[in-house]
Amino acid sequence: MELLINMVLLTLLAAITIGIIRVRNLFAVVVLAGAYSFLMASVMMVLDAVDVAMTEAAVGAGISTVLALGALHLTKTEEAAPRYSAILPLFVAVGTGAMLIYGTWGLPGFGLADTPMNTGVGLDYLNRNMAETGIPNVVTAVLASYRGFDTLGEVAVIFTAGIGVLLLLKRFQREG
Amino acid sequence: MMFAAAIIAVLIALTLAVARALAGPTAFDRLLAANKIGVGAIMLLALFGFMTERPEFLDVGITYALLNMIGTLAVLKFFRYGALGHAQDLDRDPG
Repeated sequence: MELLINMVLLTLLAAITIGIIRVRNLFAVVVLAGAYSFLMASVMMVLDAVDVAMTEAAVGAGISTVLALGALHLTKTEEAAPRYSAILPLFVAVGTGAMLIYGTWGLPGFGLADTPMNTGVGLDYLNRNMAETGIPNVVTAVLASYRGFDTLGEVAVIFTAGIGVLLLLKRFQREG
Repeated sequence: MMFAAAIIAVLIALTLAVARALAGPTAFDRLLAANKIGVGAIMLLALFGFMTERPEFLDVGITYALLNMIGTLAVLKFFRYGALGHAQDLDRDPG
């Protein structure tokens, strides 16, 4: 059942991606990108990563749509026709994709218990977490407790980026 | 079994919605289809949660519903005013 859901969702994702590339109206592209995020969030949810799914929906469908529309206000709604042939970028993209797929052959099976990532540090966190932090969700414990300073730095970066975007949008609006 | 049948039905509905989103022809067709895809994602999430006997996924569904509405409202506001900007811009009603 999981396999069927994932296959259908990923096929739809591929269809929407091709649609985003082909559609020239940027307004439609923003809408399609929002739909893409919701489908991607569903894939994450089926893969049992509910927290990632929530982030994908919040960032992809929520704030990205709003930011892209804000940027659309500063430019034209129709995308200009490409000036150069797409053969070389297509070749590079297909080559990179083929190499990534080749790389997945070397990965251990999905969710196997005896892989390095599940026997080394990961298992250590699972064993020590409850006694040391008392947070039931281990992902939260790692992000907010064991890597607290790292997360604080990330928050500072995102805050700075947000201020930058706000300043840019506001300045252009005054001039226009 | 019942949940599996419902999930397949939702997947078919999602496929039809994606077909409409890709076919267009106007931006509003795409917007409605995108909204429908969001609703389909919520239903899929709820059904999958109950099928795997973890109905606490429903909380995430509520978040999706809120986001779906914000996204649609943002696009519609942009379409009406040509900007998402600040309150003083919205006083000049073009219509």
